[in-house]
Amino acid sequence: MHVATSSAFKENAHDALADTGLQRALARSGSSFIARRAAAVANLPEFEQLRDTARDIKNHTLANLDFYLEAYEAKVLESGGQVHWCSDADAARAAVLAICEKAGARTVTKGKSMIGEELAINEHLERHGIEPVETDLGEYIIQLRHELPSHIIAPAFHLNLEDWEETFRKSHTDLPADRVFAERRDILTEARTKLRSRFLAADVGITGANFLIAETGSSVIVTNEGNGDLTQTLPRVHIVLASIEKMVPTIEDCTSLLRVLARSATGQDFSVYTTFSTGARRAGDLDGPEEYHVVLVDNGRSAMIGTEFQEMLRCIRCAACMNHCPVYGAVGGHAYGWVYPGPMGAVLTPSLIGVKQSGHLPNASTFCGKCESVCPVRIPLPNLMRHWREREFERHLTPASMRWNLGLWAFLARRPGLYRMVTRVAVFGLGWLGRKRGRFSKMPFASGWTAARDLPAPEGETFFVRYAREQRSRVPR
Amino acid sequence: MTKEAVLGAIRRGLRRGALPEDQTAMLRGRMERHPRQLIPARSRLPHAEQVDLFVRNVEKEFGTVVRVAGDAEVPGAVADYLAAQNLPGHMVMAPHPELRAIDWSARPLLEIREGRAEGSDMVSVQHGFAAIAETGTLMLPSAAERPTTLNILSDTEIVVLRASRVVGAYEEAWDLLRSEIGAMPRNVMLVTGPSRSADIEQALELGAHGPRRLHVVLVDDGQ
Repeated sequence: MHVATSSAFKENAHDALADTGLQRALARSGSSFIARRAAAVANLPEFEQLRDTARDIKNHTLANLDFYLEAYEAKVLESGGQVHWCSDADAARAAVLAICEKAGARTVTKGKSMIGEELAINEHLERHGIEPVETDLGEYIIQLRHELPSHIIAPAFHLNLEDWEETFRKSHTDLPADRVFAERRDILTEARTKLRSRFLAADVGITGANFLIAETGSSVIVTNEGNGDLTQTLPRVHIVLASIEKMVPTIEDCTSLLRVLARSATGQDFSVYTTFSTGARRAGDLDGPEEYHVVLVDNGRSAMIGTEFQEMLRCIRCAACMNHCPVYGAVGGHAYGWVYPGPMGAVLTPSLIGVKQSGHLPNASTFCGKCESVCPVRIPLPNLMRHWREREFERHLTPASMRWNLGLWAFLARRPGLYRMVTRVAVFGLGWLGRKRGRFSKMPFASGWTAARDLPAPEGETFFVRYAREQRSRVPR
Repeated sequence: MTKEAVLGAIRRGLRRGALPEDQTAMLRGRMERHPRQLIPARSRLPHAEQVDLFVRNVEKEFGTVVRVAGDAEVPGAVADYLAAQNLPGHMVMAPHPELRAIDWSARPLLEIREGRAEGSDMVSVQHGFAAIAETGTLMLPSAAERPTTLNILSDTEIVVLRASRVVGAYEEAWDLLRSEIGAMPRNVMLVTGPSRSADIEQALELGAHGPRRLHVVLVDDGQ
């Protein structure tokens, strides 16, 4: 498994703010996702109703998940495929390796898969002498750079054009050193050429799944590049990596979710390739894999069912929450320290690796609510982050200084008279101290704020005082 | 047994055992009926307007469309397109009866091989099973006469589609597939425009790993 650095979120975030390349990438890309989603939503009058539909389909499925998983398995078997049930990451890695070894695989092509990242399946295959090749353009460069993706649908979100050029020159040493990268297209063309031979030579193709359909036993992938389709069509063996909450009952249910997925993710009405795979090559088929395996992974999901975090299992991994998050927009994905960044990661990561290791993540939110307002399956993300903060507090995982300060604040907040007196004195004092410049560039105990920006000085009175005064002076009608 | 462990953990979370017979019968019934959910109104149009909407949406997604009056005009439309794109006349074509019935000898410069695509094929000709006006999407189910590799391995994919096969919403295309093919084919691709990527600086570039060009020859079959 990838070593999580989520417990160092503060240091990671600090480094991210000082990383000029990252800041350039974040400034460039953040607003484009938001504008594209807004345009797609504006183009579909039924979008808000479709979000309700999407939420209801997922809730219905989760309430009957055991039934749908069994119905799904029966259909996969019927269509000539195999299902490998795995309780945890170790079992899933072993299942994938066993299939690859049985197939005598030397190289494995991979479509983009977040569960693959969660299992760190590439490292596991490499350790056993099998070469995994990421084929999604973003994942490809991440693999060349030995990094983790920084975004769940745009893995190379944090990179700039010069990073691409530098990495390609360093990695593709068989190509002329003096070749020119004049524009993005040249990068794309080089990757296309490089990967084409890998697609054709691979023994096994591993993809993820956006959805699993119980009615038909199908796995569904959504891509724009076509790499997932080459991965699952050309090799002799196709392995689908999917976690149990990808289940939906019918093709119609899946179709409804697809209507909100691409719009929420990239702002497209529909992705270029939405592909439904069902079993192995049929009699008479001229192409397609001869073996079709589904590695069905729990890895912490079933433990979320019946808890307040069950709602998180509705997530369809569109990334709208992180695209709209001011915290993600400031520090990027790597600061979150594990596989899933942004608001969805702040809720999911503690469920999967423990709140002890990742307690900073649900605290890294301003609770502005933007994530919930764009979530296509209406997950109450801020509320779920609050649940994690409460659990963290209950388990005494929050630092002593924070607990002490919260206790002090609670003491005052329960005594309104005292609260107003103390705040009046504090605001008057600070206002007097800052009366010349109107702001502070340094203040004891507030260096976290003042290190990066000035703190505005209070204007001398509290909200309560001003409100009372303005109420009194209102002209009666 | 891992399967029992996973199912058991789910049931413990849901605070119940396996569902009783009456409830599983209800859920099975829902799967068999596969009820439609909310369908956007945008594609609820007379058929001719659905075809127009399909064409507009393909073009919006960087595909191209040429409309021809009948099968006899297909070879000419294909040859003209290839010439205009400066592409060679070698093509790999789906061994589909409708495509075979076309008189390709009218354009002797087209060199046609039937079968699946190989890595060296530049141009593929695929049979369009159905198309969805809602988003300009082609439905291409795999079959012996409709190989999947034709959709992904060539540089240029040409899809020959009869106008009568254009429907409004995805659900209507799924109904066609259920009634005409029956069981789910091994692979069903819904294709909307040519391959692309925005992984480099979130800027859209066409021609990632799949076809760089997607061209639809839309045959007016007068229905």
